[in-house]
Amino acid sequence: MIDWIIILQAGIATGTILLFAAIGEILAERSGVMNLGVEGMMLIGAMTAYSTAVKTGHPWQGVLYAMLAAGVLALLHAVVTINFQADQVVSGLAINFVGIGLSMVLGEGLSKAGAVSLLPVWTVPLLSKIPILGPIMFTHHSPMVYLGYLLTPAVWFYINRTRPGLHLRAVGEYPSAADALGINVYGLRYLYVFIGGLLAGLAGATISLAVSPGWFSELTTGGQGWIAVGLVIFAQWNPWRAAAGGYMFGALRRLILDLQGPQTLLWFKNPFFYAPKLGFFLQMAPYVLVIIILIIGSREAMKKRMGAPAALGNPYVRGERGL
Amino acid sequence: MPEIVNAVEMRGIVKRFPGVLANDHVDFDLRQGEVHALLGENGAGKSTLMNVLAGMYKAEEGTIFVDGKRVNFGSPRDAIAAGIGMIHQHFMLVPSQTVTENIILGLSDPRFFLPLDALDKKILALQEQYGLKVDPKAKIWQLSVGEQQRVEILKMLYRGAKVLIMDEPTAVLTPQEVDELFVTLRSMLTRGHSIVFISHKLDEVRAIANRVTVLRHGKVTAAGVTAKGATKAQLAQLMVGREVLFTVKRNPVKAGDVVLSVENVCAENDRGVPALREFGIQVRAGEIVGIAGVAGNGQSELAQVITGLRKCSCGRVVVAGDDIANQDPRSAIRRHVAHVPEDRHHVGSSPGLSLSDNLIMKSYRESPVSRGWVLNRPVIRNQSNHLKNEYDIAAPSVDVQARLLSGGNLQKAILAREMTAGPKLIIAVQPTRGLDVGAIEAVQGVLLREREKGTAILLISEELEEILSLSDRIVGIYEGRNMGELRAEEATLTEIGLMMAGTPRGDAGTR
Repeated sequence: MIDWIIILQAGIATGTILLFAAIGEILAERSGVMNLGVEGMMLIGAMTAYSTAVKTGHPWQGVLYAMLAAGVLALLHAVVTINFQADQVVSGLAINFVGIGLSMVLGEGLSKAGAVSLLPVWTVPLLSKIPILGPIMFTHHSPMVYLGYLLTPAVWFYINRTRPGLHLRAVGEYPSAADALGINVYGLRYLYVFIGGLLAGLAGATISLAVSPGWFSELTTGGQGWIAVGLVIFAQWNPWRAAAGGYMFGALRRLILDLQGPQTLLWFKNPFFYAPKLGFFLQMAPYVLVIIILIIGSREAMKKRMGAPAALGNPYVRGERGL
Repeated sequence: MPEIVNAVEMRGIVKRFPGVLANDHVDFDLRQGEVHALLGENGAGKSTLMNVLAGMYKAEEGTIFVDGKRVNFGSPRDAIAAGIGMIHQHFMLVPSQTVTENIILGLSDPRFFLPLDALDKKILALQEQYGLKVDPKAKIWQLSVGEQQRVEILKMLYRGAKVLIMDEPTAVLTPQEVDELFVTLRSMLTRGHSIVFISHKLDEVRAIANRVTVLRHGKVTAAGVTAKGATKAQLAQLMVGREVLFTVKRNPVKAGDVVLSVENVCAENDRGVPALREFGIQVRAGEIVGIAGVAGNGQSELAQVITGLRKCSCGRVVVAGDDIANQDPRSAIRRHVAHVPEDRHHVGSSPGLSLSDNLIMKSYRESPVSRGWVLNRPVIRNQSNHLKNEYDIAAPSVDVQARLLSGGNLQKAILAREMTAGPKLIIAVQPTRGLDVGAIEAVQGVLLREREKGTAILLISEELEEILSLSDRIVGIYEGRNMGELRAEEATLTEIGLMMAGTPRGDAGTR
């Protein structure tokens, strides 16, 4: 029997990882810088968080260090793409490999670390009593999940209703216009690439200290950084849609696991139970979906239609003739 | 006698770009309450000089005084703080943001939260004061070019600019919008603003400017002469350095059979918004049909649909009897359709390839340029050298990369390639945009010669003068619809302007 409440509750928990990473990437991309290194930044975040928690016993300290570690990696991307105007795709892929490589080396032996103090689990009084929504959204969740509830509207408001948000959008849409009005294009791009890194680190810490605790080398993130990158396009650079998409992908991952459990499925023999190899195809599904989204989203005409930041991917050089 | 106050004084400005001396010891002064026109050909250094004044570029030498005080601008923000605002030829507006958001962009007030409703009201009040109407809540991409220009002006007024620099402000406007702009500019003068008006259009300069400064090759050839005192011919000579003929000679040609027939074509632009709505047009052999319209009303899409570069969702494109709608560009090429595209750097040529490779780009499949799989280099070299001489393409050799050619020479190369294929139909989009007077004469000459040979020509241009002087018939386009047509002999600027602004011919009640 498939329990939808449990699937949705797990979807919220795992979706929070995607939510952090995708919102971070949205902020970076809205400023005009694409950072494909999300997976690498998340992994280094997950490793740093876990190893800090092992050494110090303070999971929150782990979260902080995770964010900083991923932020530093993001700054590397900023230097390469903003100062040296390198191709953002190439640099992003490189950041990805640096992140994965570093965390595998530094995380050596971490999987046998033994008992580690993890982030607490909270149930919100009153709100958890709401039928259906209560158990799904407000029961036995990590504080990270509740942070995600707050972050989504806050970021949306910041982008659309504040002065710094207005500047962020201008820098990503039409940097020479922003520059002509005295907005510091380079500075802002640095800032938002860094914030993107911080949030990717937060996503990594959410994995290793809350949602699926532990260190399993590169399987810790298991490609979720890439799903987050696809999610940004799917969300059309909107935090609300990113949150919804994140929770949906989260629920999908859990559903895939649950589909392989029961012997019968809707009065039929469950093919995934009797032929476990079919399950691989199920597990593939979210990634295939992301590939499809990325293919659609990489078409120039489609990008315009979906409202991608107009200057996304283009380094800005002041005084270059013809924009 | 009132003392003459200089709002701006520039002395001995020198600005170099790699390989170009854009401003060579230029002096310029702007009096309080005047319109001072800065006249010159493309590349004469007008925009460069004003970009220096607006803080976009830093001059290597020279001094600038504003209200008698010496200033040193490190960025556009410094210039705006000193009351100098520049409205660029390409508007510096963020298309996805609203009018209000664009106007307040970059200001330090409000600090954090945006009280959008209150700001809207403030901007409406400013609009009232200067008579510049535009909906503050509208997104920039929804506005016409004329409205966008109003937003740019409002943006500068909101910042308290006393000196307004306008870089070719009329290039994108309909004649009626130009009149409205002039009314606005005059009302700004009465409020104590001073205006620099960059242009290469002599009539407009004489209509609006108090004084004129002319630049040629980065040097001043006339400093602050009274606009009314100079004749058009004098100004043109100062600008170009030789006498200029203002009329092109067009011999009568009897139009032949219909070569191009576009019937009820609909197409979308890159954003998925309808760009052509049941557009129809016919072009006959030996005639030039000019399409008049403000940029972005479907002209580019029309050219792309005809040449096979864009799909259309309905309608037919018949060239010499065959429907070629929704086929590839080669089916157009096979039917001898020549294309002089709008973007000569990326569509018209391949910037990284040599001049000779660009010249054979349409004939590379045919003998003797190629034999089977192999390109015949000696033949290519011969042909290219021949074309280079015939079309007077200034290049060190045919092996130089196309991107190193100047705009005029690149355009001549594109024409050379397109004309050697023996076209039956030419689609020419903005064929003379950004070219100097000599190159313009050459390009227009080629088109007129082709017309006399019996080629059908569709001319899409934003230069109304060009359309009026070259075309046999003129068709107005507005939001992708055909607004009706005029014979060139009977066409007036007013009538064309009405069509460009969306009044179908016949509704105007003139005839």
